[in-house]
Amino acid sequence: MKDCLAKLRRIRALTLKETRQILRDPSSIAIGVIFPLMMILLFGYGLSLDVTRVSVAVVDEDASSDSASLIGAFRLSPYFGVTVVHSMAEAKTLVMNRKADGALLIPSDFARRWHSGDAEVQILVNGTDANQARIMQAYAQGPVAQWSAAHASSSFLAGPVIVVDRMWFNESNDSHYFLVPGLIVLVMTIIGAFLTAMVVAREWERGTLEALFVTPMRAGEFLISKFLPYFGLGMIGFALCLLAGQFLFHVPLRGSLALLCLASMIYLLVALGIGLLVSTLVKSQFLASQLAMLLTFLPAMMLSGFLYDLRSMPVFIRGITYALPARYAVALMQTLYLAGDVGSVVWPNLGVLAAMAAALMIATRLVTRKQLS
Amino acid sequence: MSPSLFRILALIQKEFLAVLKDPRSRFIIFLPPILQSMIFGYAASFDLNTVPYAVLNQSNSTASADLLSRLDGSGVFRRQADLERTKDISTWIDSSRAILVVRIDQDFERRLVAGGPATVEVIADGRNSNTAGTALGYLGSVVDGFNADWRSGHSQPGPPLRIVTRAWYNPNLDSRWSMIPSLVGTLTMMGTLMLTALSVAREREQGTFDQLLVTPFRPYEIMVGKAVPNMVIGLTQSTTILLIAQFWFHIPFVGSFVVLYAGLGLFLMAAVGLGLFVSSIAMTMQQAMLYAFLLVMPFALLSGLTTPISSMPEFLQSAMVINPLRYALDLTKRVYLEDAGFAQLLPDFLPLTIIGLVTLSGSAWLFSRRLA
Amino acid sequence: MTTSASSPALRLDGVSKSFRRETGESVLALDNISFSLDQGGLAALVGPDGAGKTTLIRLLTGLMKADRGVVSVLGIDPAKNPQAIQSRISYMPQRFGLYDDLTVRENLDLYADMHGVTADDKRTQYARLMEMTGLESFQKRLAGKLSGGMKQKLGLACTLVRSPELLLLDEPTVGVDPLSRRELWEIIRSLVKEGMTVLISSSFLDEAEACERVLVLDEGKKLAEGPPADVSSLALSRTYVLQPPDGMKPRDFQARLLADPDVVDAVPESGHVRLVSQAVSGRSGPAYFGGVLAQPTAARFEDGFMVLLQQTGGAKPNPSEEPQPEEALGGSRDDSMVEVHDLDRRFGKFVAVDHASFNVKRGEIFGLLGPNGAGKTTTFRMLCGLLPPSGGSLKVAGVDVRQASASARQHLGYVAQRFSLYGQLSVGENLAFFARAYGLRGKKKSERIAWALNQFKLEPFVRLPSAQLPGGFKQRLAMAASLLHRPEILFLDEPTSGADPFARREFWQRITVLAAGGVTVIVTTHFMAEAEYCDRAAILDNGKVLAQGTPAELRAHAPAEAGHIATMEDAFIAIVVDARSKEAAEHGERES
Repeated sequence: MKDCLAKLRRIRALTLKETRQILRDPSSIAIGVIFPLMMILLFGYGLSLDVTRVSVAVVDEDASSDSASLIGAFRLSPYFGVTVVHSMAEAKTLVMNRKADGALLIPSDFARRWHSGDAEVQILVNGTDANQARIMQAYAQGPVAQWSAAHASSSFLAGPVIVVDRMWFNESNDSHYFLVPGLIVLVMTIIGAFLTAMVVAREWERGTLEALFVTPMRAGEFLISKFLPYFGLGMIGFALCLLAGQFLFHVPLRGSLALLCLASMIYLLVALGIGLLVSTLVKSQFLASQLAMLLTFLPAMMLSGFLYDLRSMPVFIRGITYALPARYAVALMQTLYLAGDVGSVVWPNLGVLAAMAAALMIATRLVTRKQLS
Repeated sequence: MSPSLFRILALIQKEFLAVLKDPRSRFIIFLPPILQSMIFGYAASFDLNTVPYAVLNQSNSTASADLLSRLDGSGVFRRQADLERTKDISTWIDSSRAILVVRIDQDFERRLVAGGPATVEVIADGRNSNTAGTALGYLGSVVDGFNADWRSGHSQPGPPLRIVTRAWYNPNLDSRWSMIPSLVGTLTMMGTLMLTALSVAREREQGTFDQLLVTPFRPYEIMVGKAVPNMVIGLTQSTTILLIAQFWFHIPFVGSFVVLYAGLGLFLMAAVGLGLFVSSIAMTMQQAMLYAFLLVMPFALLSGLTTPISSMPEFLQSAMVINPLRYALDLTKRVYLEDAGFAQLLPDFLPLTIIGLVTLSGSAWLFSRRLA
Repeated sequence: MTTSASSPALRLDGVSKSFRRETGESVLALDNISFSLDQGGLAALVGPDGAGKTTLIRLLTGLMKADRGVVSVLGIDPAKNPQAIQSRISYMPQRFGLYDDLTVRENLDLYADMHGVTADDKRTQYARLMEMTGLESFQKRLAGKLSGGMKQKLGLACTLVRSPELLLLDEPTVGVDPLSRRELWEIIRSLVKEGMTVLISSSFLDEAEACERVLVLDEGKKLAEGPPADVSSLALSRTYVLQPPDGMKPRDFQARLLADPDVVDAVPESGHVRLVSQAVSGRSGPAYFGGVLAQPTAARFEDGFMVLLQQTGGAKPNPSEEPQPEEALGGSRDDSMVEVHDLDRRFGKFVAVDHASFNVKRGEIFGLLGPNGAGKTTTFRMLCGLLPPSGGSLKVAGVDVRQASASARQHLGYVAQRFSLYGQLSVGENLAFFARAYGLRGKKKSERIAWALNQFKLEPFVRLPSAQLPGGFKQRLAMAASLLHRPEILFLDEPTSGADPFARREFWQRITVLAAGGVTVIVTTHFMAEAEYCDRAAILDNGKVLAQGTPAELRAHAPAEAGHIATMEDAFIAIVVDARSKEAAEHGERES
């Protein structure tokens, strides 16, 4: 009992020390508070996968009244800015100089073939940005379909098979819906892993541990004192994201708040565990921060299913993603936010994360020895 | 050789030794760009090659079977289940076992034969609406193919106006071709900026900076001595990624190496300048690291790597004028894929030069001011 | 839990420990050491750098494990149950890692809480520690903003927040001024009186003399063990005091005497030279050294220690290895090399340097002495151009360093208080870099590097990363790097702190030669005896110059005592205490 009390006192003192260090270092605050805010603003307002307006260079080889009215349809479209040029060479120069994003070629036999019901126009996109090229291709369908519907002599119906699609969980196709859950994962990763990757290594580099080791302090107490303040900092970041999701981006929270909090806490523990483990193992701030970046942040961004679909990655990369906690966290967050408390998604993912958290804590505890090498 | 140049060379040599002597630090400088360019080269693509889906086929007709076999034969769609009841749909979508559920009505074939339209209902998992959108797009083109064949088989008229798409510089619109050249700048900047920011902070934390200041080094000599090695390391990283792009991913390089390396050189000057700028503000290694990260983060996100700059709000677009990475991405891709020349790239070269000069001279000024 | 009084508090039996250096070779840090210390004992661990003192203490704390032999601390094997020991002892490492971003008080609180000190005990203990360390008025200051010596004192205070069963101190007084050292020893003695066992490693040999037992180590081997008097007696009837011939500086006379193979050791002391001879006196009447009659005097521990080291080989520098005078620098000895007038430096409200003025002429050795936090390092940093003054003027080699071009810095050499060369680079790489930084190239460069390696005996370490050098060799490397370009003015901030007596002699020999060659040397030190080497010295406290002059002039401030020749330390304490009491009186008047 008395031992237990002494233990608690030591943990309190160490945690107080760590908290003071955080509060006095502007860079910790920057990561804990400014970073989540920055990410919220960037994800909320900066990142958008929609291409708003593309400029197209039009080469009208036909120069008929039909081609002119087709160009008019493109001009009317809110998605296109039109520049008429005289040759394909000129169009390509415009594209190369980024004065145009692509070209529309109306061939010289356009009017003739149109009236025989079999006309063709060419869209030339710039494949340097494949994504944008594909979007432009899709946009072009709009004015073309409209124009043909308005000018066709015989009525032509789309189909015969028409696809009617319904996007569940995100009817209005608002990209904030999937960005906000991913954002929470990113923020927790950075605060949890990146910041703590420095804190044990820093103590080794500055030589603050030698004297501290020869006290009644146990290695476990030392680790707990590293966990607690950064856990708090991570939860502040989580709260900021949660509030932004609710009030700024109006992303619905369909699952239970309690489960969402639980999932975030467990993921935060995993991130903290990675940071502390790396920091304890390499004992160098430079190496630890680079490793943390490599092991946590970049995977959370690229290999978590947050931006890029995991199922389409090659087998060996998919294999890697199973070892990375971020994929489980992203699945959890997206489901809890948008689909609700789906047991078949929540429990397995939560279970894996909890196991990872436990394994990391045990590993960190095992490698933390009050010994000088 | 002028004494000043001689001193700078001494510092450059020392910097290389300090960074490259430790095997662990060699490892952390050169391994990540290789690993990342390989992994992200495969991973960072919005293209889908596997779309798991489920079917609720209430029609059980030849037409519906034909449509479904087209889906299964596309190589992308993988049928996970044939559902029996409408309420099964949510089970498959909720548990993420299917991205799409295709539902075909009982009267599908009847309406089709009657000339249409026959509808196919598709439910998509919108948790990642981007992926869902892409999958729907793929489904649409399979249906288009079905439609075209049906029309020609049943002598129905086709659309009077078709769009034929061709792509310049990337004939198959492979998103890897756009992504991997972009990684050259992105990965190099992350590494170089942090390395530079840390190199001064480390000297400060270990007290060697003072020792340097009492030697005849002038502040600008220290700046140059710190900048050059990090630029060289950055160029080495870039080259590694370029080699991976050409020889591993087989993306044909059509441009001029002179133009590319001139651009990368300017870009690295700007990145290193930013790194030095951070290190002139940071007091400790931790601060240098974190501030560098806070700078790299928005630069990387808003560089056009994942989302186009043109769709950002006005104020962010104007803020990104100072982002060296956006120019580097543009430049690398255009030289790599389009064989763009100096004249076309002036809008990239010019800002990079300005950013480099401003950050380098700004940090030199900050250094000497902090000493005064 | 108490251990029976009969069992020793700590015991080592045949203990060995070796390390592998990065360059591959294995170094035997401790070789078959046996030693024991009884409950309530006070023992000192002495020996040159690299003797294995720190390793021995770390074995006792359980932070390292012995390769062979038995270690027992309070009856427990530290390798088996380190926590049981760590909970019961207090330990101050050589480099006490304070948290720079916590205040003085917060650092203390952390250690008090770690040791479970109650609030009541804190109150009484803090008062005592603040008194000892003089940190009372700095409680709210961040530890990172303290001067080097004050950090050391705070580390000591953190170690002493409670009274453990066993206290292990690794060079606790390095960089601590004589006033505080005296108070520290009072505390240690009172702790021993209360029954605590203390093991202290020290490079101050007068401190070893105050202990009951000493253990002398050299290169991992035990040279001697027993009461300090045993060691002192080795120099019995071999110790003398000599008056330098007219017009000769004691340090020059000392240098001449050291060249005599019959002389084991010679140091300047109170205007004389203290000497230990090879032969025992009394057989052939009065002894003469360097043509001067030697007065026999009582042997001290330090004298015996030098004899002991010499017996086991190579204590005194071999004449052939002595620093060779270099070609003298040009310029007149009357040139004023450093002029400081009314120099002021404030950090916010805090006045670090307060209207200091002094002058140093070419070829002079000028000492800056003062208690911790007196403003020595701040003055230094201003002289080197690392810190701008708040007021007053200063000129180094005729120019203000801050305004001066890089070429002016070509004439300066600077050795910082803390080792500040590139730790990851090898000795050779560090030297090569600094040689080139000072514009040395080609043959000249390789000559100077060869000279430095030879002069500072660094050849065996050329390829070793400098961070892995033993403490004393780091200091040598720093000196070597600062001398490569043959500077006219050399700034040395606490160059001998933490160095063993042997290394200190060697260091001063080198400085003497440099000064004779026309190099101006400005040096700060806490070893008051070392002020005897200076031509002139200034004593600083609270940023003010309290006194300056030749060693003899400064010694004159000491109160006269019959039968005792005043030492520099007596003078220093008298000057500082006097100034402080005046200050307090003035302060009191103003208050009332």
